[in-house]
Amino acid sequence: MNKISIKDLSVSFAGKTALKSLSLDVFEHEILSVIGPANSGKSTLLLCLNRMIDRIYGARVKGKILLDNQNIQAIEDVEELRRRVGVVFAVPIPLPMTIRENILFGPKLKGRLKKSSADELVEASLKAAFLWDEVKDRLESSAVRLSGGQQQRLCIARTIALNPEVIMFDEPCSGLDPISTAKVEEALKELKKNYTMIFVTNNTKQAARIGDRTAFLLTGELIEIDKTETIFTVPSNKKTEDYVTGRFG
Amino acid sequence: MGRISPKVTERLAKITLWGAAIFTIGALIFVIGFVLAGGLKHITWAFLTEPILDMGRAGGILPAIVGTILMVFVAVGIAAPLGIASSIYLAEYTREGKMTQAIRFGINCLAGVPSIIFGLFGFILFVVMLGFGWSILSGGLSLAAMILPTIIRTSEEALRAVPASYRDVAASLGATRWQVVTKSVLPYALPGILTGVILGIGRSIEETAVVIFTAGSAVQMPTSLFDSARTMAVHFYILAREGISNDMAYATAAVLICTILVINISAYTMMHRLMKGRRA
Repeated sequence: MNKISIKDLSVSFAGKTALKSLSLDVFEHEILSVIGPANSGKSTLLLCLNRMIDRIYGARVKGKILLDNQNIQAIEDVEELRRRVGVVFAVPIPLPMTIRENILFGPKLKGRLKKSSADELVEASLKAAFLWDEVKDRLESSAVRLSGGQQQRLCIARTIALNPEVIMFDEPCSGLDPISTAKVEEALKELKKNYTMIFVTNNTKQAARIGDRTAFLLTGELIEIDKTETIFTVPSNKKTEDYVTGRFG
Repeated sequence: MGRISPKVTERLAKITLWGAAIFTIGALIFVIGFVLAGGLKHITWAFLTEPILDMGRAGGILPAIVGTILMVFVAVGIAAPLGIASSIYLAEYTREGKMTQAIRFGINCLAGVPSIIFGLFGFILFVVMLGFGWSILSGGLSLAAMILPTIIRTSEEALRAVPASYRDVAASLGATRWQVVTKSVLPYALPGILTGVILGIGRSIEETAVVIFTAGSAVQMPTSLFDSARTMAVHFYILAREGISNDMAYATAAVLICTILVINISAYTMMHRLMKGRRA
């Protein structure tokens, strides 16, 4: 089943092309890895999917993106779209408030929460992000004091708290050490059961570990998309092969 | 080539910077000390609570204290909301362009205009044209116009100092533009914004030219915003300039300085408390 269908998507920033008529589908409950060197349009793609790109002046978007067969450009309540399609950024950005407040930031934007349901939400979200055991005794302390890996899992928990359908990750491990990375990856694999995930990464090995399928982008074009195994063993495109074997990029 | 070694430069830099800091603090302490030494001994409970008698030769300064408080209240009550709203518009709700550049240029020009011009402006607009007469209202409105540019500038800088990533995070979690501003920008810009407001309060308290032009210098106790009144600064100015009473002038100045100190200290304490849970 297609969760997201992207059709002929082109994006330019102030005249500079970032994505060239890209078309791809994201299946429900899969992890789609998106790989490619810098400036290949990976992050731009994510910006389009929750229309964060609307906030960038000078960005022009052409083409269609369907979420559950609904054109997202036609969605009036863009905030609701962003709750459905959550994102975790490259650098962990905990808001300078307590761990609990960070988790409840999104849900509270919609209205007040009962204390009991807030407590439940905090616990469930932190558990899903594999952070609960490490922070359960200090929910009221500042989120900024957590380690980098913990902060990133907090950011994942914060996104989960919105109860999204899709979670996008924009190189979420780029600033983390191998152990923290392993913990984040572990969390991701568990999340697959409930969410559709798009995982952008610079790290081809990580893409190979995590993704069910992998898409390879180069200078704004989709070069190839296939099962991760295929991409990393017998890719059909020469450029893909060169990239995944480390001959360039 | 005999170049000065980095170690000597380091030492020179240290001495120069220390010297500059000590000189600045020293000058400040000297001025405050000088005024307090001349004035504190004349301050009594009666001085703070009695009406102005014999043009200030006798009695106290209660009407001037009340006049100061009311006028600053009007000025800040108008300029703070207006200024903060303008700065939010400039920093969060519009893009950089010819329009914002023009607005910012205008604000910077206004910030550099001598206060007496604001006095004249207030006199023509509020006192004469709008018919408010010499009154606390006219004075407060004119002071508001004078401190508005400062408040806008400091608030805008404070808003821009909040990392863009906070806005991205809030928006990505489904915050509307207004929620982005109120939940993830304003709380962290608050100390800077408050600094601007405190600067505005300070400038209003110490201002004389604007107040003389627009609020007059009545010695009676004001009973409404449409009454003429003098502020402590004006009272001090008149006492000293017309040679009415040096002791009373010093005492007034001492009260003025203490008022500013109290406002500053309480504002920063309040800010500190506010920010406590928010920082790491």
